[in-house]
Amino acid sequence: MLASILASGLAAGAIYALVGVTYNTMFSTSRVMSFTAGQLAMLGGVFGSMFTLKLGMPAIAGFVLTLLGCALIGIITEYVAVRPVLKSLDQHLYVLSTLAVALMIQQVAAIKWGTEPQPFPRLIGWGGGVLDEKFWLPVLACAITILGLEYLYRRTLVGRAFVAIAEDNFAARALGLPERNLRIASYALAGIIGGVAGFSGGELLLAFFANGALLNFYGFVPVALGGLGNNRGAVIGGLALGLFQQAANFLVGGIFSSVAVFTLFIVVLLTAPQGLFGASTARRV
Amino acid sequence: MTAVATVPPRDDTGVLRAALPHLAPFLAVFAAAMILPLVGNDYWALIGTRMAIYWVLVSGLNLVVGFAGHLAIGYVALLTLGAYTTSVLVAGNVMPPLPVFAALPVAACVGALFGVIVGLPALRLRTFYFAMSTLGFATIVTQIALAWQSVTGGGIGIAGPEFPAPFNTAWGFYFLCMAIAAFTTWISANVARSRYGRALIALRDAEVAAEATGISKPKMLIAIFLLAGALASVAGGLFASLQTYITPDAFTFDLSILFFIAILIGGRGSILGPMLGTIILTILPEIAAPLAAWSTFLYAVLLLVIVLVMPGGIAALLDFRNRRPLAANRAIVPCPTALADIMRGRAGGKTLNKTLALRGVALSFGNVRAIDGLDLDVAPGQIHGLIGPNGSGKTTTLNVISGYYAARAGTMTLGDDTLPPGLPVLRAAQGIARTFQTPRVIGEASVLENVMIGGSIEGRASFIEALLALPRNRQDERTLAAKARALLGVVGLEGLAEVRADRLQHSELRFIEIARALMLDPDFLLLDEPAAGLSNDEIARLAELIKAISARGVGVLLVEHHADLIFDICHYVTVLNLGRTLAAGTPADIRVHKEVVSAYLGG
Repeated sequence: MLASILASGLAAGAIYALVGVTYNTMFSTSRVMSFTAGQLAMLGGVFGSMFTLKLGMPAIAGFVLTLLGCALIGIITEYVAVRPVLKSLDQHLYVLSTLAVALMIQQVAAIKWGTEPQPFPRLIGWGGGVLDEKFWLPVLACAITILGLEYLYRRTLVGRAFVAIAEDNFAARALGLPERNLRIASYALAGIIGGVAGFSGGELLLAFFANGALLNFYGFVPVALGGLGNNRGAVIGGLALGLFQQAANFLVGGIFSSVAVFTLFIVVLLTAPQGLFGASTARRV
Repeated sequence: MTAVATVPPRDDTGVLRAALPHLAPFLAVFAAAMILPLVGNDYWALIGTRMAIYWVLVSGLNLVVGFAGHLAIGYVALLTLGAYTTSVLVAGNVMPPLPVFAALPVAACVGALFGVIVGLPALRLRTFYFAMSTLGFATIVTQIALAWQSVTGGGIGIAGPEFPAPFNTAWGFYFLCMAIAAFTTWISANVARSRYGRALIALRDAEVAAEATGISKPKMLIAIFLLAGALASVAGGLFASLQTYITPDAFTFDLSILFFIAILIGGRGSILGPMLGTIILTILPEIAAPLAAWSTFLYAVLLLVIVLVMPGGIAALLDFRNRRPLAANRAIVPCPTALADIMRGRAGGKTLNKTLALRGVALSFGNVRAIDGLDLDVAPGQIHGLIGPNGSGKTTTLNVISGYYAARAGTMTLGDDTLPPGLPVLRAAQGIARTFQTPRVIGEASVLENVMIGGSIEGRASFIEALLALPRNRQDERTLAAKARALLGVVGLEGLAEVRADRLQHSELRFIEIARALMLDPDFLLLDEPAAGLSNDEIARLAELIKAISARGVGVLLVEHHADLIFDICHYVTVLNLGRTLAAGTPADIRVHKEVVSAYLGG
């Protein structure tokens, strides 16, 4: 049983971590928490299943098209729901505008794709039991994504521009960084990361429209645990959450595991609103 | 239209005439509801009943979302809770069956309790975080309803409660729900126009200023979450009866979205708007049957349009009064002599010897010593100027006195009492009022309401009294409104009393803040750069006003950069530099003090 808990916990945790990173990627350039993060991961599964199973494409082509589709949704989100409300960030209208877009995505998926979970194809066909690909694939995807992001942020000019904007938006603009284009790029990148989460987790979560709302919540918990905008915190928080949830799942049953996760979430937020690894908040007066 | 109407003290017909424009839309909706049975069939009875039930929930949620500004998007959870509690109690699954009219109040209590549990995170969390926590709660409740089979029937469900005659027919039940909806409209409107409703808006739009006037956020929010939870739970009981049979599937997240969006379409801080929003959203899928499957999509589109195009919602569309242009060349002409009628005189009174004293106060941010061992005395009736270069710790000193920052060392005393460090909410009760460097005014409330906020702690009516508009609450309202009007006269803004504050000029906001601070009848008034952004004429009038205030026995601590104003009106001046006292003395001493001249005044 320990092996099952570890395998499913790490797999689910890796997906949650990736959704958390999706939140962070959008947040870093725009200071906006977007409800579309979970929906992007849901679309990763739905697009993946659509391209590979329904349209019969090879896995690689389906993967690339899925990521392109998710990136496009990310860019649309930026244009429709984020840019118009950035002027008055303090009114938190983004909560409502991104919620609206997330609901639209979910509703279209439910009507066009169907409200029943649909299968996701086996991609590689390696491993079985607790080493089945549906368990190690999300973990691998998470590891590659994190390493890729670290490379991007540390070694490339574009990545450093991202970091500059996340650190101090005004200063970055004063330096002449193309803030708007970088923001669009970051939303596309967030779409890709969400797509990777959904595609790699497709065999575990299936292609199901309701995954969006679920992943919105379970993906936000690592962000709350790890601190806003902190990717390493999100990965640690995500894996911890996955293990905690699956352990509770195996030991006390599914319903109580979600109650336990919710309680954990509330307790952490109330005791450490800035997250376990986050910095303290700004002054009020 | 702002829902927070004020009722000036007039005779009964006058009160009625003043309230009629506010009441008319509600009466029209009520009349339409009464006519429906004459023209509609049972199908319309069902839709009308559903509308009334949704409104029972939304009227409570409106106080949370529209007034307090907390984005509770998962309120379907409390509807579910109420529905199952009522059904289970009536069915007798866990204890002897209760009659439905006994089960509903029990459900209301359970709902109130869970309303607070769901709402508590709002004390620490805002916006997205709070929205997420209500969303998480909504998923859990459905899962529990599904899993707890022995009580809830799991996926198979449970029969809803049945009401006794005459409420067991379609129209009988319709009238019952309408009556309850009318009642909840009345109580939510009562809360909205009481000092509690104003305090909620103040906490939403100007939390820091609300604290300085003594409004306690936890108390306010708990009261409102109790009410909203109870109403949602009652709505759940009625909903279960309407459905006749409930399963967890009946409580989709789409319902939550409907409730939430109805409020946003309606507009913040309004009762009428969300009511119309609820009606529209309930009817929309019925009159466009082919669109029923797309209803959530439609709601989402509506939400996006509202947010991007008209953030004020229906209420802002109907607000004709605030479209009239204001006079362009209006001057603020304070009338300080009128102060004598409003503020109790202190000269010779027993509070004369109460001095606000700071001794060795120190505070640092990181390695920066913002204040470093400051001694300061403000005596009653004295105007004490606090000047110094930027970053010398003037505003920080005010923030320490009013409790936003807790000093690291030193003591603050008020007469014989020690002022506890931190705890800004307690300062108003101790007679310390203040204004802010950037005016912190509630843009969406009228000028009069903004000033009335200042007297929040003077109200004596409890939340329950406000809920039911009992005499003590009406007395509070009359006293506060009369005092606020009089103070607006003192600062010279009585002509703008009914105007939305966000339409005013910067200088006018400064005077509103002073009027709000005076509502407390403070012993000490802290003014943070009141002359910034004022014209020379306005500064001269401000000077007269401040002098008149201190002449009533109020100790004034004045932070200001206009040296002329300081030297003109202050009795005593303290000069700060790098968090320490550089010099202190009479204006005449300071003006010739060598270091002050070189460090700050120049020349």
